[in-house]
Amino acid sequence: MSAHADLDIDHVARLARLALTPEERARFASQLGGVLDHVAQLSEVDVSGIEPTAHAFPVFNVWAEDKPAPGLPVEAALRNAPAQRDHMVVVPKVVE
Amino acid sequence: MASALFHRPAAELSALLDSGAISSVELMQAVIDRVKAVDPSVRAFNSSDPDSALAQARASDERRAAGRRLGPLDGLPIGLKDVIAVEGQPLTASSKMLANFISPYDSTVASRLKAAGAICWGRLNLDEFAMGSSTENSAFGPTRNPWDLSRVPGGSSGGSAAAVAAGEAVAALGSDTGGSIRQPAALCGVVGLKPTYGLVSRYGLAAFASSLDQIGPLTRTVEDAALVLGAIAGHDPRDSTSVRSEVPDYAGLVRRRGGPWRLGIPKEYFGQGLDPEVAAAVENAIAHYRSQGCEIREVSLPHTRYGIGVYYIIAAAECSSNLARYDGVRYGHRSREATDAVDLYFRSRAEGFGAEVKRRVILGTYVLSSGYYDAFYLRAQKVRTLIRRDFLEAYREVDALVTPTSPIPAFRLGEKSADPLAMYLCDIYTIGVNLAGLPGISLPCGFTASGLPIGLQLIGQPFKEAELLSIARSYEQAHDWHTRVPSL
Repeated sequence: MSAHADLDIDHVARLARLALTPEERARFASQLGGVLDHVAQLSEVDVSGIEPTAHAFPVFNVWAEDKPAPGLPVEAALRNAPAQRDHMVVVPKVVE
Repeated sequence: MASALFHRPAAELSALLDSGAISSVELMQAVIDRVKAVDPSVRAFNSSDPDSALAQARASDERRAAGRRLGPLDGLPIGLKDVIAVEGQPLTASSKMLANFISPYDSTVASRLKAAGAICWGRLNLDEFAMGSSTENSAFGPTRNPWDLSRVPGGSSGGSAAAVAAGEAVAALGSDTGGSIRQPAALCGVVGLKPTYGLVSRYGLAAFASSLDQIGPLTRTVEDAALVLGAIAGHDPRDSTSVRSEVPDYAGLVRRRGGPWRLGIPKEYFGQGLDPEVAAAVENAIAHYRSQGCEIREVSLPHTRYGIGVYYIIAAAECSSNLARYDGVRYGHRSREATDAVDLYFRSRAEGFGAEVKRRVILGTYVLSSGYYDAFYLRAQKVRTLIRRDFLEAYREVDALVTPTSPIPAFRLGEKSADPLAMYLCDIYTIGVNLAGLPGISLPCGFTASGLPIGLQLIGQPFKEAELLSIARSYEQAHDWHTRVPSL
């Protein structure tokens, strides 16, 4: 966990499906470099034998009764869709 | 002194409503007029619906007249941070991404407030998707601090804190991921409570970092915080991390005299970077508790200095995962320029998100990406275990911890916006509470020479909100900071 020289911002932005302008690329790379320098101090902590914490109070086996109940009506679920037709969300063509 | 109706605490207004001295419609109208008068300069609200609020107030008056009052909050206008869903109302998260979004359902906290008779009043500004400490990262412009309009209200629940301080809502709900209720409460001179992780349902809260997010109240008094917490707390089957625990009568318990308590002073919270006026006010508060017979002990939370690093890895990772849902397909901003489905994601996200959200999505994607996961994310989760252990270790000796909420009072707009790391360091005293899942409260404990509020943070044990509120109230009752109001 060393240098932020590792931060290939184009690769990461592709993974995040996020288009960046050249100006954003340069600015974020330098700002995140500073943040990564700060978090680099975590490498000095001895974590051998320490279990990771995902949640402060882990809850396991949360079961819900299998009971039919009304869900969100289609009109409400589609209310915020940018484009819709016949109770479906319209999107650009995915396959040719 | 707070004599105007719109500045009075919820408990007092509730008694006035019960006695018939005022009606909910009168109160609602006073608050609407107040918002009209001061919000053009404070800008706490993203939107509000006065007609609907007055209709709810009329319904409340009818309930009271018929002897069917739903509870102490019946007829009181409570503001909601614009990330908490209220059916039929906008939910923007202060982002262009959700500029036109209307909530199709109620969050659990909103439906509980409604069941308690409260009026869901307005949509309060925040840092976009709750990412920030100043409310400057809002796509709709910053909120101003009611005590000094050239300064920030803190964040991310800056609109909630400013609205309560300015008399624009009797109380408000915020969300706290790294300090986002407590820090703005401190900077605006109000009370802010972050409950134990799992006590309040997150169903209907636009997610930022799911293992850290909690909804909680911002109020004028500790008793008011207890009243609102009592209405919103409790198990919810629709949030799988919601904990099955009994909800005590917080307001009843907080009115009883408690203590003396054993209070810990974590030495790591009083080091470099702490403003001398803030330090002096907190020292005075500690002296107060000592004079009341509390045992004051220095304790150590040795992993404190790693908190910011751990937080910004974990919160960014969870943010990048949670915000993947904003892809321009089912809801939210959709780019008009897209040529195909994948291009739609890239452009919609680029156009919809602001700079801080993009930075955190990039950082989070990076720390989760192949080859870096173990070094960053897994290691941060392990150090999180150590931070949590530090607190639990301290609680073997003490009942609660006393610290500053924010190292500095309200800063000027623009002062930190160019340097993300400097902004992140504002959360140094609040972040550990979220990482460890503990309850924390900020309450007013003084003012700087230039008239800016100072916040005292008390950190409690898991699910012991009643005790935490009692400790806070014992300080509040002996001081009058909470009765001061800004001149607007």
